[in-house]
Amino acid sequence: MNFSVITTQFWSLVLQGLALGLIYSLVALGYTMVYGVLRLINFANSEVFMLGTFAVLWVEIEVLGHPVTAKPLAGFELVYTLVIALVGSMIACAVLAVLVELVAYRRLRARGAAPLSSLISAIGVSIFLMETMRMFTESRPQTAPRLLDKWSFGEIAGANFRIDTVLAIISPIVIFVILDQFVNRSRLGKAIRAVSLSEENAKLMGININRVISLTFLIGGLTTGAAAFLYTTVYENTVFNVGFNMGIAAFTAAVLGGIGNIRGAFYGGLALGMMEQFASAVLGSQWKAVTVFVILVLILLFKPNGLFGEAVQKTRT
Amino acid sequence: MSALRNFNLRDKGAEIWAGWNRPVRTVFVITFVLLVGLLPFAPSWGPTSFLNTPITSFENVLVYPVGMFVLMALGLNIVVGKSGLLDLGYIAFFAIGAYSQAILSTLYGWNTWQALPVGMGLAMISGVILGLPALRVRGDYLAIITLGFGEIIRIVALNLSVTGGPNGIAGIPNPPTIFGFEFNLMFPEHFFWLVLAMILLTIWMIRRFTVRRPGRAWEAIRQDEDVAALMGVNTLIYKLWSFVIGAAIGGAAGVVYASKVMVISPDMFKFEVSILILACVVFGGMGNIWGVALGASILAYLPERIRFIADERQIIFGLVLIIMMNLRPDGLLPRKKREKIEEKRTM
Repeated sequence: MNFSVITTQFWSLVLQGLALGLIYSLVALGYTMVYGVLRLINFANSEVFMLGTFAVLWVEIEVLGHPVTAKPLAGFELVYTLVIALVGSMIACAVLAVLVELVAYRRLRARGAAPLSSLISAIGVSIFLMETMRMFTESRPQTAPRLLDKWSFGEIAGANFRIDTVLAIISPIVIFVILDQFVNRSRLGKAIRAVSLSEENAKLMGININRVISLTFLIGGLTTGAAAFLYTTVYENTVFNVGFNMGIAAFTAAVLGGIGNIRGAFYGGLALGMMEQFASAVLGSQWKAVTVFVILVLILLFKPNGLFGEAVQKTRT
Repeated sequence: MSALRNFNLRDKGAEIWAGWNRPVRTVFVITFVLLVGLLPFAPSWGPTSFLNTPITSFENVLVYPVGMFVLMALGLNIVVGKSGLLDLGYIAFFAIGAYSQAILSTLYGWNTWQALPVGMGLAMISGVILGLPALRVRGDYLAIITLGFGEIIRIVALNLSVTGGPNGIAGIPNPPTIFGFEFNLMFPEHFFWLVLAMILLTIWMIRRFTVRRPGRAWEAIRQDEDVAALMGVNTLIYKLWSFVIGAAIGGAAGVVYASKVMVISPDMFKFEVSILILACVVFGGMGNIWGVALGASILAYLPERIRFIADERQIIFGLVLIIMMNLRPDGLLPRKKREKIEEKRTM
C-alpha cells in the first residue's frame, strides 16, 4: 500500500487513466451497441479486439514493411503509416464482428433459441479465435515496431503530455462525437434505436432487422478496431490473450455507464480507467484485474442499471 | 438433419426403463455400477486393452481428468442445465476446494475428511457472495461475473503468500484409510472408487432434487423466469440455491483432487478448464445427467487416448460449443421431451 503516489503523481495518473479509459470505452461500445439491439452480451468482442491488435502488427510489419527494429518515421510517411494501420485494423475488426454475428448468432436467432444457447455459442467463437491465435503465435507476446517517436509536448504539473497519450485521448473523443451524431441524426441510426426499443414493432415498420443487427456489429467492430490500434500504439505489444482482461474491463465500463447506453459507455470507460490507474498505483499492478472485478460486483450490488441508466428500461429479459 | 435432430436415445432409454419393474431396475443399476467400478482393471484384460492410455496410466486418467470432469460437469449441469444460468468460472470453486484442503492439511494438519465440509462450505459461501449481486439483476450478468471470478481466484492464489504464490503448495497428504481402503500412489483405483462414490451420490442428489420442489422451480425458471415469478416461485432464492449447490460439488471435487495429486499450483486452475467443463455439459446434453456424464467421459478421455488431439484440444472444445449450439443444441443425449422449451419464433 502506497498512498503517497496519489498526491505526488496525481496529474500523471489522471492522464494515463484518461488514455486507458478511453480505449476501454471504445471496446465497451462493441458490448453496449450489441446489447442494445440483441439484449445479449457479445462475448466474442474481446477476441475481435485481440485480432485487431494483431491486424495492426500485420499491416505495419508485413504490408508496409517496417520490421520490429525499424526507426521511428516522421512527416508524411508517419501519418500515412498510422492511417493505413488504423483503417486496416478497423476493417479487419468490422469484418470479423459481422462474421461472428453470422456464425454465432444468426442461426440461433432464426430458431428463436434461448439466450443461454447464444451465450454458449459466442463463448465457443471466442475460445476458437483465441486458441487459433495461440497456435499461430506459439503463445509468445509480439512486439510492435515503434513507428511513432514518443516525443512529449511538455510537462504540466508532473503530467507528461506524450504524443501517443494525447492521440489516445483525442481520437476516441472524435469517434464518440461522430457516432453519437450518427445514431441520433441519421436514418440508419434511427433504425438501430427503433430495433433496440422494440424488435417486433421495428419489423412492422418495415425495418430489415438482420441488416440493422449486422450494421450494429459492424459499428461495434469499427470502434473496437480503433481501440486495438490505439492500444498497440500506446503499449507497443500484444499477446493472444490480451482480449481477456480487456473484455472484462470493457464490459465493466459498459455496465458502469449503463449497458445499452452509448454515452454511458464513454463516461463508464473514463471512470473505470481512472479508478484502475489509481488502484494499481496504490496496490500494485498485479491487483489491476481484481480492482476491475470488485468494481463490477459493487456496481451490480448497488447500482445495477449503471450511472446513467440503461437505454431501455427493461432490466429483465 | 431433422432425422438427426429427432433421434432421441434418451427417450428410447427412458421407455425401456419405464417398462421394467423394481427388481430388474435394481439388478441393472448394481451390474452397471459394478462394471464401471471394474474399469481400472480394463487395460490388463485382453478384449478391453485398447482402452489403455499411452502417457498417463489408465487408472490415473480415470481419476483425473475423467472422474473429476464427470463430477464437475454434473455440478455445473445443475447451474447450466437445470436452471439455465451460464457459469463460466466453475473452476474457481474447484480451486477454492483444492486450496482449502491444501492449506488446512499442510498448516493445521487436518485430514481430507475433515477438510471436505470446510472446502464445500467455503465454495458455497463464495457462491452466495458472487451469485447474490449477479442473480438479482439478470441471468447473463452471471456469465461475466463468473468469468471474472474464475480469473480472480487464480490471480489471488498467485499473489498471496499463504497459497505459496506461483509455486503453489506441495506435500498435501493423501486421505487417511477409510473402510479398509488405503489411499496412496500404489492404489489409484481406490481414488477412482472414491470419485465414483461421489458421482453416484451427486446423481442421487440431483435426481431427488429434480422430482421435488427445487427441481420444479429450476425447470420453471429455465423455461420462463417471468412466468415462474408470477406463479409465486421465489426465483432469486432458487437460482441462488442451484448456483450454490453447483459450487459445493465443485468444492468437494477440489478437495479430493488436491489430496490425490499432493501438489497444487495456480496453473491448474486456468480459465480453459471452466470452458472445458462447459463443453462437456453442452456436448453431452444440457440438463440430462446421463448425457452429461457421457459427454464428460468422452471429452476427458479422448485427448488422453489420442495424444495429438491434446495440443489443439482447446480449439476443438471451442468448435464443439459452436457446432452443438448451431446444429444439435440438445447435445448427444437430450433431456426429456416434456422438459424441452417449446421453440418459439419471435422473429
